[in-house]
Amino acid sequence: MEWKEEGEERPLSQRPEWSDVTPVPQDDGPNPVVPIAYKDDFTETMDYFRAVYFADERSLRSLHVTAEAIHMNAGNYTVWHFRRLILGALNADLHEELNFIKKVANGNPKNYQIWHHRRWVAEKLGSDATSKELDFTKKILSLDAKNYHAWSHRQWVLQELGGWEDELDYCKQLLEDDIFNNSAWNQRYFVITKSPFLGGLEAMRESEVNYTVGAIIAKPENESPWRYLRGLYKDDAQSWVNDPQVSSVCLTVLSAKRNTVFALSTLLDLLCHGFQPSQDFINAVDALKTPDLDQSDSNLATAVCSVLGHMDPMRVNYWAWRKNKLPAQTA
Amino acid sequence: MGGKIGELEAEKHVQYILLVEKRKDDFESVVTEHLRMNGAYWGLTTLDLLGKLEIVDQDEVVSWVMECQHESGGFGGNIGHDPHIVHTLSAVQVLALFDKLNVLDIDKITNYIAGLQNVDGSFSGDMWGEIDTRFSYIAICCLSLLQCLDKINVEKAVNYIVSCKNLDGGFGCTPGAESHAGQIFCCVGALALTGSLHHVDKDLLGWWLCERQVKSGGLNGRPEKLPDVCYSWWVLSSLIMIDRAHWIDKDKLIKFIIDCQDRENGGISDRPDDAVDVFHTYFGVAGLSLLEYPGVKAVDPAYALPVHVVNRIFFSR
Repeated sequence: MEWKEEGEERPLSQRPEWSDVTPVPQDDGPNPVVPIAYKDDFTETMDYFRAVYFADERSLRSLHVTAEAIHMNAGNYTVWHFRRLILGALNADLHEELNFIKKVANGNPKNYQIWHHRRWVAEKLGSDATSKELDFTKKILSLDAKNYHAWSHRQWVLQELGGWEDELDYCKQLLEDDIFNNSAWNQRYFVITKSPFLGGLEAMRESEVNYTVGAIIAKPENESPWRYLRGLYKDDAQSWVNDPQVSSVCLTVLSAKRNTVFALSTLLDLLCHGFQPSQDFINAVDALKTPDLDQSDSNLATAVCSVLGHMDPMRVNYWAWRKNKLPAQTA
Repeated sequence: MGGKIGELEAEKHVQYILLVEKRKDDFESVVTEHLRMNGAYWGLTTLDLLGKLEIVDQDEVVSWVMECQHESGGFGGNIGHDPHIVHTLSAVQVLALFDKLNVLDIDKITNYIAGLQNVDGSFSGDMWGEIDTRFSYIAICCLSLLQCLDKINVEKAVNYIVSCKNLDGGFGCTPGAESHAGQIFCCVGALALTGSLHHVDKDLLGWWLCERQVKSGGLNGRPEKLPDVCYSWWVLSSLIMIDRAHWIDKDKLIKFIIDCQDRENGGISDRPDDAVDVFHTYFGVAGLSLLEYPGVKAVDPAYALPVHVVNRIFFSR
């Protein structure tokens, strides 16, 4: 195992520095509900862990045994708990601890305990840790760009420690790698609304609309940019309805007749908010109707619902419900 | 293969769970010993939903559960483990299955949970302060089962959850975090249990949730991710709590869950042909329960316990 230091291949029971300790076996109670047997070296490590844990021995050798236990089983939160107590008692170098966590995280990138421990350490280091934390999360995200823990940690770092300068660029880069990455779209929204270096949502709106429209045209079947576009007009539905770029991107996608589901549902939402469609929209939707559909739908919104029910049969009940709930004056 | 839905191998799943609980030689059992309380909840609830809870020795389980409780009132994942809110809920749920909530010192356990609420209304998982809306749900669910919700500041708890609401109608683990079906279940569940569902935009969230259904009929947890059987629970229970469950294609979801079974050895996996585990076995069976699959008892979407267990708590004084 590459993480083991030189000379530590001997079992704990044979190492002189542990000769004064009596290992403590797992207590499963008198009639164990879940009696289990252990693999030998794991058993031994955990027995020694329990010995120092129950004795509350907060020493360097205790720290080492928690490292061994963690490498074998990073999910054991009691081991992490005791490790934190030891780190505190030893006044340990927390920058070294960041290195330790990095090694463990490589094999366990979705483990709650590791991320929580990392946050605890970073909190103690404060802004000294900022660039390390941004680098660390970037590394994890380079292996899995949607790792929920990594994003949660990164958001915390930005809000508590700073480092916003390059975040919008980072989102842009991730979206270039994968325009479908919903986490990156979420982060983009987070940045434009919260970064102290940008002007806030309204100031960023125009450039963001341009960016998003480009993403939609590239992949109209991508759920994220459609939702993002709506999000740019948070609390201001009227501006969203009135922005010609919004309706125009719908028309562009509809006219191309491919991957039109989100364009149709966006058009439906626009119509429900009072959008007045030109003949172009009516023609575009007409062109998507199949012969078996009711050709006599009285208005565009009803027609859109019918087309959607046909195109997206998995959600046929949802589109039928939308049709029933159309406001009276919808075009 | 066509659209024909296969059978639920209920007996095989029961045997699988009993085997996991008794296995003496299994490394996987060893490395999950710290979360045995969760495992007990998943396994035992599944047995109850399949009508086989009586096979288990109730007294053994109850005394083991109580040995996991600490001075602080919280429960650890197994004997010798530190208390955490996650295992505290599982302990209460397991006791509820056996109608043994009366063995609890109610003040002791509810004080532990109430002590984990923060000034902003959020909840920490334990003394180390990790905050996540999962813990909000856990605290509220646990106190609700013990009929002690008044021990926390419910209004602040609700406000914190609402602050985690995103523009797509969903919820994340903390304010600004990406909407995720697991977090949505926790937030919607917590709001349901505190009579606060009016904070949810049901139409918007309902649409986001039904968009989780992919071609295979399975559900994912976020846009453009793979389907996983556990989302059959988190997405569907959320949809049921906001009265929008009919927006997904139920037959296709049933077929997906059925296809995730290991028909020979029992157990259910995250997606077809992967390795099974107790976690996915529970969520698959619970999902089928929500889908009213025959032979599976009804499960409560908010408490994640069999309906008869919940009724027993609230309706028999």
